[in-house]
Amino acid sequence: MPGSSRSEAGSADLQVRSSIPEERTWRSALRFDLSRPVLLAVTALLAVMIVLPMGWLIAYSLSDKQGAVTLGNFVTLFTDPSFVDPLITTLIIAVSVSTICCLVAAPLGWLVARTDMPIRRIVRTLVMASLVTPPFVGAIAWEMLAAPNSGLLNQLWRSMTGMPADEALLDIYSLTGLIFVIACYTFPYVFILLANALDRMPGELEDASSMLGAKTWQTARRITVPLALPTLLAGALVAFLQALNLFGSPAILAIPAGFHTLTTRIWSLFQFPPKPELAAAASLPLLLLTILLLRGQALALGRRGYAVLGGKYGEPRLVRLGAWRWPAAALALLILAMPLFLPYAALFNSAFSRVASRLVTLDTITLHNVRFTFLELSSTMPALKNTFLLATLSATLGALLALLIAYIVSRRAVTGHRVLAFLATAPLAIPGIVLGVGLFLAYTRPPLTLYGTLWILLIAFITIELPAAYQQLSSAFHAVHPELEEAGRMLGASRLRTLADITAPLLRSAVIATWCFVFVAVIRELSAAVILFTSETKVLSVLIFDLKESGDVGAIAVLSLTMVAITTVVVAVANRFGGGREASRLPARAAG
Amino acid sequence: MRRRTLLGAAALLPFGARIVSAAPPAETITPALIEAAKKEGKVSYYTAMDLSVAEPMAKAFEAKFPGIKVAVERTGAERLFNRLAQETASNIKRCDVVNSSDAAHFITWKREGWLQPYVTVDIAENVAPEMRDPDGAFANQRTHLSPMAYNIGLVKPEDAPKAFNDLLDPKYAGKLVKGHPGYSGTIMTATQQVARELGWGYFEKLAKQKVMQVQSATEPPKKLEAGERAVAVDGSDYLFWMARERGVPIEVVYPVEGTPLISNPMAVFKAAPNPNAARLLFAWIMSGEGQEFIVNLSGQYPANLKVKAKAGRPPLSSIKTLREDPVEVEKTADEIKAKYARIFKV
Repeated sequence: MPGSSRSEAGSADLQVRSSIPEERTWRSALRFDLSRPVLLAVTALLAVMIVLPMGWLIAYSLSDKQGAVTLGNFVTLFTDPSFVDPLITTLIIAVSVSTICCLVAAPLGWLVARTDMPIRRIVRTLVMASLVTPPFVGAIAWEMLAAPNSGLLNQLWRSMTGMPADEALLDIYSLTGLIFVIACYTFPYVFILLANALDRMPGELEDASSMLGAKTWQTARRITVPLALPTLLAGALVAFLQALNLFGSPAILAIPAGFHTLTTRIWSLFQFPPKPELAAAASLPLLLLTILLLRGQALALGRRGYAVLGGKYGEPRLVRLGAWRWPAAALALLILAMPLFLPYAALFNSAFSRVASRLVTLDTITLHNVRFTFLELSSTMPALKNTFLLATLSATLGALLALLIAYIVSRRAVTGHRVLAFLATAPLAIPGIVLGVGLFLAYTRPPLTLYGTLWILLIAFITIELPAAYQQLSSAFHAVHPELEEAGRMLGASRLRTLADITAPLLRSAVIATWCFVFVAVIRELSAAVILFTSETKVLSVLIFDLKESGDVGAIAVLSLTMVAITTVVVAVANRFGGGREASRLPARAAG
Repeated sequence: MRRRTLLGAAALLPFGARIVSAAPPAETITPALIEAAKKEGKVSYYTAMDLSVAEPMAKAFEAKFPGIKVAVERTGAERLFNRLAQETASNIKRCDVVNSSDAAHFITWKREGWLQPYVTVDIAENVAPEMRDPDGAFANQRTHLSPMAYNIGLVKPEDAPKAFNDLLDPKYAGKLVKGHPGYSGTIMTATQQVARELGWGYFEKLAKQKVMQVQSATEPPKKLEAGERAVAVDGSDYLFWMARERGVPIEVVYPVEGTPLISNPMAVFKAAPNPNAARLLFAWIMSGEGQEFIVNLSGQYPANLKVKAKAGRPPLSSIKTLREDPVEVEKTADEIKAKYARIFKV
């Protein structure tokens, strides 16, 4: 137990001190211990990153244009149909997405983790690979596939059935279409949670059940399902939160269909004439709902504990599917076609075609879009540069900050470490667009006028990714026994030196994995960036969004594929350096 | 907000107080200007023009004046207005030359004192007086229209709409695509003109036609080309024509009620970080060469009277156009956006 060994170390310290009192005091006064100032600095930094923007958000939501205190914004929010409708729509989307994700992820997770389905390793890797796709890119790709008239799938359907030009099988510009696309890029989160839980589930319980005479389905119903249920519930909440706070996909699909979600409505309040007070007020329901649901998730995941408590369990037994092996694999591939195969086929088609709605042939293949994107479009290179600078800096500083906090908290290095743990996980409850609004309100004014600089984006990205980075590194710290550090401390090294010489090398793979995931997440972040960018600080995701608004899909396809290619390389590197375990633990939230 | 306070301030000034134009003397592109511009080495061009025209134009400028890089910042005119307001409020100086499809913005910006008066000889001699600011703060760069159009593959010519009111026929339900006045200056300008001529009742009925709502006026042409929708309610005429010239089966319809006319003024920004390169880019675009480049590539109607319109396009004089009224747009823009959002729900 880390706590007890700390007190032992403390008493050892005292004994040393009492034996050579004078020299010891003199030396420690000279070798100033940095832990307190570091704690203060980190707390102050987190306050600047989180407390200040949220404070301004609340202040704005309670004031009118002249700055007087009012509840008028909330009255508008809950009476004006232009706010109430998006609120209801958003809830419908979140509930539906969450349900669909569970319905898809549960069987798929079970097939991959607990059966002898062929290609199950490949399926697992591909589901994770589909997470590299930014949700807004997925939405654009699905437009190419399922726009009612020009969508490639609808054209295929018409040519197969001979239906007239007006008839459409699928209409992506609809509530159903939007729910489908969000679910495509959300179910992998549920899948990963569930597959990992099923991996860890003790096989003995199931064996015991079947030894006692239960049939396969009885074991499933009485043992497997109850054990997996808390994880599934947690997964449902993750999906709900994703759908609730997503900006990109609704902006691309809902607006052409003629409706808003809460995030696109908040964003629309930033168009001229900007109404930051209303935007702030509209952000608070998202914030509160997210906090509530995260509490719920903590409870659900907390209950999971009983399933894995105890000694070493055997490998879970794989269910033999028999004749169903290949149909199951086919089902898995069909599911994967939705977020992966079909959208990427559409993106490639569009990248090398003059018109996205026509299938490229050897006669019509063109490099027009590639040329336009890289030779003519003057925003491409600055956006690439900004994106990589920000991703590298956010990943480096974010990983360092998370490392520092995880160290302080897990080693209980100083009193008040709990505040740090809270602040580091708090941004999980702040949707990207809400954080964007808060940072905008906080940093468009003195003393820190950061709006228009890359700094404000850096703060936003680090804040958004901090919880995931912190969670990853704090669990890595639990694997390093404190005795190793205490040995270093007793031999006279300062805390920071112990950290550098002993702890850091042991954490190397976890740190690299964290770095890579922050990097990837920053590259695909849109919802905060879309509020905070200026023309000088445009990033790739915002450029793609800009191009979407003028309908330049060819350039979008080229940029998206470039973005995904780079991201994939980084993920591959993460897997290589980070090893399977850390790498498979994905950030708890996606940008979008 | 800012608009209204400034409007109030302007009302206090006695009308006609200004007798003499405050326009500076007309200038030409001098070697000294080119030299100074090259020292700056870059210029940013904020515009609402489609990238397929703006970027090649920027490349033509770069080829003409090697060593000066043009950064094209393209978005909808209403977005540009918003971005410039936010950037200026935060003291971010990035914009050198601004060009927008909402002429009303230039009234606001001039009043705010954001524009640097600058007149070239081309403007003084070859641009009609009503196409330029008397104080030399801005000048029209080009004019385009927002007509209707349809995809011949999806609508037979005999079934095609001829008037705005034809679009209210139930047979067009679900077949229409339309830009948004909250994003696009072209659509904002056109909405004000159409609402004035036909009343808001027209838009209320139109909203019941299951219109596909896109943002930019540059997108309806692209949706027509893709075959996603059969009829465009509005959109930039030059893009319909450019697609047609590429072989896309598109027919442009100038509605019988009249076609919205959109001027595209341009100005040098007072806070321009590259003031010389800004002047050079501005002067070159207004010169015969710059204007010809835009006309040859896109067939928009040039502001420089010395430059001929593109052959094969209907002459502007042959089209019944609606009157453009930037002063009124400036006053009612917020109201138009709010009304539109209420009617179309986005």
